[in-house]
Parts: sequence; structure tokens; C-alpha cells
Amino acid sequence: MTLLQNNFPTFLQGFGYTLLSSIIALIISMILGTFFAILQILPQKWVQKIGNVYVQVFRNIPLLIITFFFFLVVAKVIPMNGFTAGTIALSLYTSAFIAETVRAGILSVDNGQMEGARANGLSFSQSMRYIILPQAFKIALPSLGNQFINLVKNSSILAFVGGLDLMYQGNMVAATTFDTFSTYIIVALFYLVITLPLSYYMQNLERKLKHAA
Amino acid sequence: MVTLGIFDAFTPQNVQYLLGGLGITVGVSIISVILSFIAGSVIGIVQFERIPYFSKFVGTINNIIRNLPLLLIIFFVYFALPKLGIHLPIFWATVVAMSTFESSMLAEIVRGGLESIDEGQFEGARANGLTNIQTMFYIVLPQAYKKMIPPIISQLISLVKDTSLAMGIVLAEMTYRGQIIYAQNSTYIIPVLIAITLVYFLLNYGLSLVAKWFDHRLA
Repeated sequence: MTLLQNNFPTFLQGFGYTLLSSIIALIISMILGTFFAILQILPQKWVQKIGNVYVQVFRNIPLLIITFFFFLVVAKVIPMNGFTAGTIALSLYTSAFIAETVRAGILSVDNGQMEGARANGLSFSQSMRYIILPQAFKIALPSLGNQFINLVKNSSILAFVGGLDLMYQGNMVAATTFDTFSTYIIVALFYLVITLPLSYYMQNLERKLKHAA
Repeated sequence: MVTLGIFDAFTPQNVQYLLGGLGITVGVSIISVILSFIAGSVIGIVQFERIPYFSKFVGTINNIIRNLPLLLIIFFVYFALPKLGIHLPIFWATVVAMSTFESSMLAEIVRGGLESIDEGQFEGARANGLTNIQTMFYIVLPQAYKKMIPPIISQLISLVKDTSLAMGIVLAEMTYRGQIIYAQNSTYIIPVLIAITLVYFLLNYGLSLVAKWFDHRLA
């Protein structure tokens, strides 16, 4: 308890950076993920290929490697700190998973919706924006929520590049107080504050959607 | 002598060193996937069976572990458990942490797989005189596992990727060994990172093709 009191500002700062990084990465990866999902369902074969290669590459290599690439290589050309490098890596990595989720969502929207929209004179991009995507996101919502939970957990990667996040601050406190046990329990509680309510909410949502279907 | 700058990093010595790291990566992954498959199945079945209080309790613990970062669990096992008198060597600490985390993930997959099995299968088996346990082992689980193969392979892919986190506790797996190599000469950073990325990619892309193949065959 005294450990928490003495280091509360440190933990809180870490919590803030974790949250900030997660939210920025969520926004970027939603945009990128949706973009690459649409690429994968466009009729042109070579466009599909681009989308597919992007998703396969970022899905199949460790987040840590992507982070190191930005922190050690890209940072030499475009100066950036660990927080920025980590958040960019997090966004790219997560966008591949979001692309898969959104693509599955789009594919599960009935074909007639697109045909109907086109028959009513909407262009492809208008049909996508006003008719297909809203329905696809609704279907994909539970798995998108799970992706966000993963994102929050994965943001602990920032600890490797001095990202000042919760995990990093936790390691600092553990190293100075030697009370590793209590420190990591406190860090765990901070993570659970974000992830656990979200996770229960998503489970409920999933159940509701299952019954509705 | 003409040297190609990019390949300087890959002396026979360094290549051997990196391959040793790959061995550790694969070793941790295989042991962890076996352990977490067993533990995850047990936890998934317990949650599915709805044993009063016990299932809820196990489910809650599972949810807590599932919602923590793996990195935190690795640090906890390696740095905090010694406070309780449990000292594990780095390799086994990694295996324990990864198995704990992955079994909480697999438990969800197993539970989902079991729930997708038609109620009639249970009734039919019971009507044929099988006991609850026999029904589970001979009728329900084989069907459920068949459906679970693709998601389990995806989980294995994330396990292989996640072993890189163990460099946080200085496990000499591939990512860590790469860092040791480019720490000696900074011009090695890009070639070594690319080489490691390729190895991870080929390993996991191969696994994802296997998952796709199963998906196709089972559908």
C-alpha cells in the first residue's frame, strides 16, 4: 500500500502514456485497417494483392521487431522517441488484424445490399461508405473490441524502447524499490482497469448479437 | 577482396548464433503450445460444464489472466515469483509465463468450440448409453477440436511471435541474439533485423497456410 502511495504519480503517468498510445494507435489502425480491408475486396487483382501482402507481413512478424525497426532504423532518418516509434509500430501491427476483421465484416454483408445501392444510383465508394461499411462495422464490433483490448495489452511493448508507459514505469519502480511482487501486482491492476470492463462489455455484446441473429 | 556490405553481418559464426536463437524460439513455442493445449482444454471444459461456483471462479481467473499483457506475466514469473521462493531459470520462466497466458487464450477457443456443438450430439450420445465423460471424450471433443484447429494454429502463430518478448528477461532467443550482433557493429542493424523478420515471417506464414488448408478441408 505504501508502495502505491509513494509511487502513485509514476504509475499514473505510465497509465496515461499507455492510454494515450493505445488511443492514438486505435485511431490510426482503424483508418489503415479499413483502407487495407477495402483494398482486399476491390475487383482489381493487383490491388487485392497489395492489401493481402500488407496484412500477411504485419500479421506474421513480431510487434517487437517492428518497434525496433522504427526505434533503431527509421529514427536515424526521422528523429523520434520511443513513445512515437512504439505507437507507430503498434498502429501498423494492429491495422493488419483490424483489416482482417473488417474484411470479414464486409464479406458477411449480403451481396444484395451492394447491388441495391448500386441500382439506386450510388457510386461504389458511396455504397461502401453509406450502405456497406456501417453494417460491416456493426457485425465486426465485438472482434474490434477484442482488438482494442489486445492493443492496450500490446502497448506494453513501449517498455522496450523507453516509452514511459505503465510497464516501463512498473519496471522502474520495481528496480528502485526491489519490491517486485507488489509492483507488478499494482501494474496488473492498472491494466485490468482498462481491459477487464471492456472485455466483459464485449462478451455481453457478443451474446446479445448472437441472440438477435 | 570485394565485400558486399549487406552480407558482412552474416559470418558463419553469427549465423550459427542466430540459428541457435531460432532453436530456443521454436523450443519455447513447442513446449508452451503442448502445455497450454492441455491446460487450456481443462479450463475450457470446466467453464463449459458450469459446475456451480467452481466454473465461475475458474472463468474469472481466466479472464483476469487473458486481460493482462504477456510481457507483464513474463516479468512477474521471472522477477516476482522468487519473492515467494519460486526460482525458475530463464528458459522455464518463459515457458511457464507463455503457457499460462496462452492457456487462458486457448480456454476461450475450447469453450467456444464446445458451445458450437449441437445439443443433439449430447442427447444422442446419452441416449446410446454413454456416460457424461464418455460423451465428452468420444463424441463432443473430437468434433470440437476439428473446428478449433484453425484458431489454435493462429494462436500458435502469436505464440511464436510473442517469444520475442522474452528478451525482456534476457532469454537468448532469436530477437535478443540479433541485438547482441548489431550491438557490436551498428551497420549490421538493418541486415540483421531484415534476416530475423524473414525467419519469423516464413515460419508464421507457413503456419497460417496450414491453418488455411485445414479451414478449407473442414469447411
